[in-house]
Amino acid sequence: MFDFISDYDDPTLLGAFWVTVQLTVFSGIGSLVWGTLLAAMRVSPVPLMRWFGTAYVNIVRNIPLTVIIVFTSLGLADIFGVTMGARDDFELQGFRLAVLGLIAYTAAFVCEALRSGINTVPVGQAEAARAIGLNFTQVLTLIVLPQAFRAVIGPLANVLIALTKNTTVAAAIGVAEAALLMKEMIENEAQTLLIGAVFAFGFVVLTLPTGLILGWLSKRLAVKR
Amino acid sequence: MKLRKVTAASAAVFALALTATACGGDDGNDSGSSSGGGDKIKIGIKYDQPGLGLKEPGGSFSGFDVDVATYVAKELGYEADQIEWVETKSADRENALARGDVKFIAATYSITDERAEKVDFAGPYLLAHQDLLVKKDADVTEATDLNDKKLCSVTGSTSAQNVKKDFAPKAQLRERGTYSECIAALQSGAVDALTTDDSILAGFAAQDQYKGQFKLVGLKLSNENYGIGVKKGDTETVNKINDALEKMVGDKSWDKAVEANFGPAEYNNEPAPKIGNIVK
Repeated sequence: MFDFISDYDDPTLLGAFWVTVQLTVFSGIGSLVWGTLLAAMRVSPVPLMRWFGTAYVNIVRNIPLTVIIVFTSLGLADIFGVTMGARDDFELQGFRLAVLGLIAYTAAFVCEALRSGINTVPVGQAEAARAIGLNFTQVLTLIVLPQAFRAVIGPLANVLIALTKNTTVAAAIGVAEAALLMKEMIENEAQTLLIGAVFAFGFVVLTLPTGLILGWLSKRLAVKR
Repeated sequence: MKLRKVTAASAAVFALALTATACGGDDGNDSGSSSGGGDKIKIGIKYDQPGLGLKEPGGSFSGFDVDVATYVAKELGYEADQIEWVETKSADRENALARGDVKFIAATYSITDERAEKVDFAGPYLLAHQDLLVKKDADVTEATDLNDKKLCSVTGSTSAQNVKKDFAPKAQLRERGTYSECIAALQSGAVDALTTDDSILAGFAAQDQYKGQFKLVGLKLSNENYGIGVKKGDTETVNKINDALEKMVGDKSWDKAVEANFGPAEYNNEPAPKIGNIVK
């Protein structure tokens, strides 16, 4: 029943899921950094920064991910020549463009999750920090953000699980990850349901532990108030 | 008061919709069908492949597959207005036949051993080959080494896999969601060539907006025998369709359909294949 899987060696089933994992990890780290910066902008005292953060989140959050990913390849690479340092290597180029698109998109959600975390930190904390003479950056990085992060591990786990599944959109620009292998298998084997089940199971294997571990962490690290 | 009217109206529409779908379940014997008073026939085609199966903006359908299917339906006793076109995307073709959603499928359906286990094929009715579409002024003529080329094809398609596995493992292959996206990359010079079945390429090159911009190279990289898919075990229909296809080739309708759909692309098509003669 599953013997056709061994016919695929470039990439293998595990190899394709490994690309999915790589996409998830790189995009996850990138969107955590960029999302944190955006959140900092949205709560900063500088109106221009606040405006930029708000505009970015509201625009990017409301564009379908497929449109963003396809634009990175069709628009950035083909038309503007932005090839992420891989002009003649489409495989690497596609991977980097997909990571770029996933970071741009996911960061908006990370930012919003973080901002709700910042709102859980009592105003007194920030006021006390100001009173002992810390500036805005210090208040944010030393006092507010550490508490905010601990409060939003649960919501961030949701974002990470969504990101894992969203990596499948990278197939649209030819990144050889799980969804692309699935398309190839369906094209050749004419066994839609079975193949679909195999890949659905693969994603559950990836995301279920993520959810359980981060759920446990969020309980352990939550700030007791 | 107004709101109540709207609610009543929408409830009526909903009820109608329910009954309509309920009678869609039987073998098309709805009494309220076309003026011919006969049954309808459901045929699966592609909606997005110019020259083969395309849904026009106005809602009509055009293409070689559509012409072949219309001819076959006529031979089976259905006029053009009794045909109900159904979109069958590549991944959905076997299931659509197994479920009985459509009577037969003419949708660039290459006959392969794996597929023949799931469905029965009539035909083949067209022999296509994987080929390259390049810019008019490009100097790709004969079987050049593709390994130093940048190619574009549709994600996961047989053509894309052939490039990766057989013809040019070292070539830069860009996989895209649709052929239209590949054409955009070809126009901007991001890729050198678009590769898939020559029939599909000819259909694109023959479109008004691309006329005279591209040419087919004429490489015969693979053999794609387009067949008409029928539910497994429905030998009677297979035989009827085969007779219809033979007749279509015999009375020159086949040649006319090829000329009408691929003419502007200077497509050197293969002569009509013999029924049951599958070129490996």
